[in-house]
Amino acid sequence: MRHSQLFQLISAHFKDIIRHPAVIFWGIVFPILMSLGLGVAFTRKPDIVRQVAVTGLAHSGSPVSPASAGSSIEDTRIILDFLKNHAKKMESGSSGKPVYSITLKDEKLGDTTFVFRETTWKQAMILLKRGNLSVVMSGNSGRIEYHFDPLNPDAQFTYFKLAGIFKGQAAVPAIDDVRPLTVSGTRYIDFLVPGLMAMDIMMSCMWGMSYGMIDKRSKKLLRRMVATPMKKSYFLLALMTVRIVMNAIEASLLFLFTWFVFHITIQGSFPGLAAIFLSGNIAFGGIAIFVSSRTDNTEIGNGLVNAVVMPMMVLSGIFFSYHNFPEWSIPVIRKLPLTLLADGLRGVFIEGAGLGGVLSAAGILLAIGVAFFTAGLKIFKWH
Amino acid sequence: MRLGLRLFLGLLFVRTSGVLMNPVIEVKGVYKSFKHVQAVAGVDFEILKGQSVALLGPNGAGKTTLMEMIEGIQKPDRGEILVLGKGWKGNEDALHQQIGLSLQETQFLDRLTVRETLVLFASFYGLDRGRVDEIIHIIDLAEKSRSYVVNLSGGQRQRLAIGIALLNRPRLLLLDEPTTGLDPNARREIWSILLRLKQSQTSLILTTHYMEEAEQLCDRIIIIDHGRILKKGTLAQLLEAEDGQKIIEFTLEAPAKTDTPEPSRFHIQWVPGWEKGSVILPRIEGELPEFLDFLRQNGLRLKNLECRRKTLDDLFIEMTGRRLDA
Repeated sequence: MRHSQLFQLISAHFKDIIRHPAVIFWGIVFPILMSLGLGVAFTRKPDIVRQVAVTGLAHSGSPVSPASAGSSIEDTRIILDFLKNHAKKMESGSSGKPVYSITLKDEKLGDTTFVFRETTWKQAMILLKRGNLSVVMSGNSGRIEYHFDPLNPDAQFTYFKLAGIFKGQAAVPAIDDVRPLTVSGTRYIDFLVPGLMAMDIMMSCMWGMSYGMIDKRSKKLLRRMVATPMKKSYFLLALMTVRIVMNAIEASLLFLFTWFVFHITIQGSFPGLAAIFLSGNIAFGGIAIFVSSRTDNTEIGNGLVNAVVMPMMVLSGIFFSYHNFPEWSIPVIRKLPLTLLADGLRGVFIEGAGLGGVLSAAGILLAIGVAFFTAGLKIFKWH
Repeated sequence: MRLGLRLFLGLLFVRTSGVLMNPVIEVKGVYKSFKHVQAVAGVDFEILKGQSVALLGPNGAGKTTLMEMIEGIQKPDRGEILVLGKGWKGNEDALHQQIGLSLQETQFLDRLTVRETLVLFASFYGLDRGRVDEIIHIIDLAEKSRSYVVNLSGGQRQRLAIGIALLNRPRLLLLDEPTTGLDPNARREIWSILLRLKQSQTSLILTTHYMEEAEQLCDRIIIIDHGRILKKGTLAQLLEAEDGQKIIEFTLEAPAKTDTPEPSRFHIQWVPGWEKGSVILPRIEGELPEFLDFLRQNGLRLKNLECRRKTLDDLFIEMTGRRLDA
């Protein structure tokens, strides 16, 4: 029986991948674990605990905050008195000073507990720099002052809640008007899973194909193979075929897992999903071939692959929406291959898009793949 | 009848010499340089069908560059290389079908077995499973045929590389340092495969810096250094001029004095420390007693004395002042 070149190349690439046990972990188990971790973190609202430093209290030394310079012990006592009356006194901290806590009960949004510690201004700043807390409270002429970074959303959130508590407005929070969205398609996990699939396709192509080819070149395997009548196009075709199959298996397992655990559904059409999935693979397969077309140094390969994947990882809205970036950058971000793929997959998964809905994105991805594949093949260094 | 026999022998000679004189490799005035290094500087030679030729030279002599130009991996800056009568341009597929090669330090896919690796390469030539079995037998890796390449020893991997080179029953086999880095046993196993191959009339060209390898495997030797051919011919031709010369290597019981006089008719090459030395004697019968007299007259007592023929290594040292394995 004669052996078909293409079949043998596909078989060899496939065996080379699946016989590395780490591939199973990083390719299949890791994305599932990531979806589980992030899914759990963002679908079940956890109880929030926020540390708050209270400075300038009677027995903590003189306040040194510039804002509260000159404030008296009596001024800052307003905080302590409030805490004594409304907060639960916990066991004393390591400094021997009392620690207080206030918990806002909320069945829908999760409980929020504030833990108040008396510190000096210097100690408060150290804790702030370490990220242990985001808000420092002090008194000034009978008024409470809040010190925090206004650009830090978590600090703002803490400030609003604290201000509510100390003004007596949020002791019993109004929760009747809160309607949590738990319908499939509107949750964070619904947003996350297609993004993870897109990222997995990119990473798998870029690291699996690019790095694999650079490694084969550095080991002179490419040079040895082209010293035979092997068809070069078959070699690259086999590489892409194996990668697409592996990506399909990984994405299917990720979908099955998230369907089972988080009830993720595909609201759009299967042809639409297949089109965007295939075109995404072709785009990143082409980019991978282009990136790995010249170098035989794995260190340079590392840098090249990182230079491609890192900007897209940050910008393309895999974990959080890219609409938080400045307005002027959004049109550019939308055209990145990973954004096109992630948005396309999200369109099918959560917006019910069909083939027509993803055709434009799939077309652009396909064109990107063909362009990079052609350019890569032209400059490809086999020796 | 006698005329008929003469005619038959004449035709046989013409036919045989015609086949033998057909060059499988022609290298004509080839130059190649990389940045500031002249790797190959004007090389000419021919290899005829059925010949086994060694490119012998130390590391950095230009052997691999020359081999890669013959393999079509690199192009000469100047000159021409014809392989099986054809240049590489436009004839890649045809030449790849007829050539087998083993590169220096090729690594194959780690997690493919020996058999799978051979099957993969066999598929490039459209060969069947029977040929794979034959090769496994030839390279004596039947017991390891199901082992992953990553688990093979250096010698076994090199046998696999040679097996792959032999898959397509090549007319011309190109081996770049096939035994470098292998232990003596592994080296002899490779030699035994290649010696069996010599009987099949496959033309062979190999690069090596092991003199013994060139002597064992090849009919002709081309000594190369700094990109130039220093000498070429059969082993007998290379050593012909020095045929009668013998080398005496000796060790003294105690070091000689540094002011020991030089004998008049031969030159002693002292090893630093003045305890060991060697001397080339053109006519050993007459000059050995003279050498022994010289030692006696200078109060030098012999601990050990060995007499041997001149080798390629000695020839190379004479030509370049360096050892082949330097």
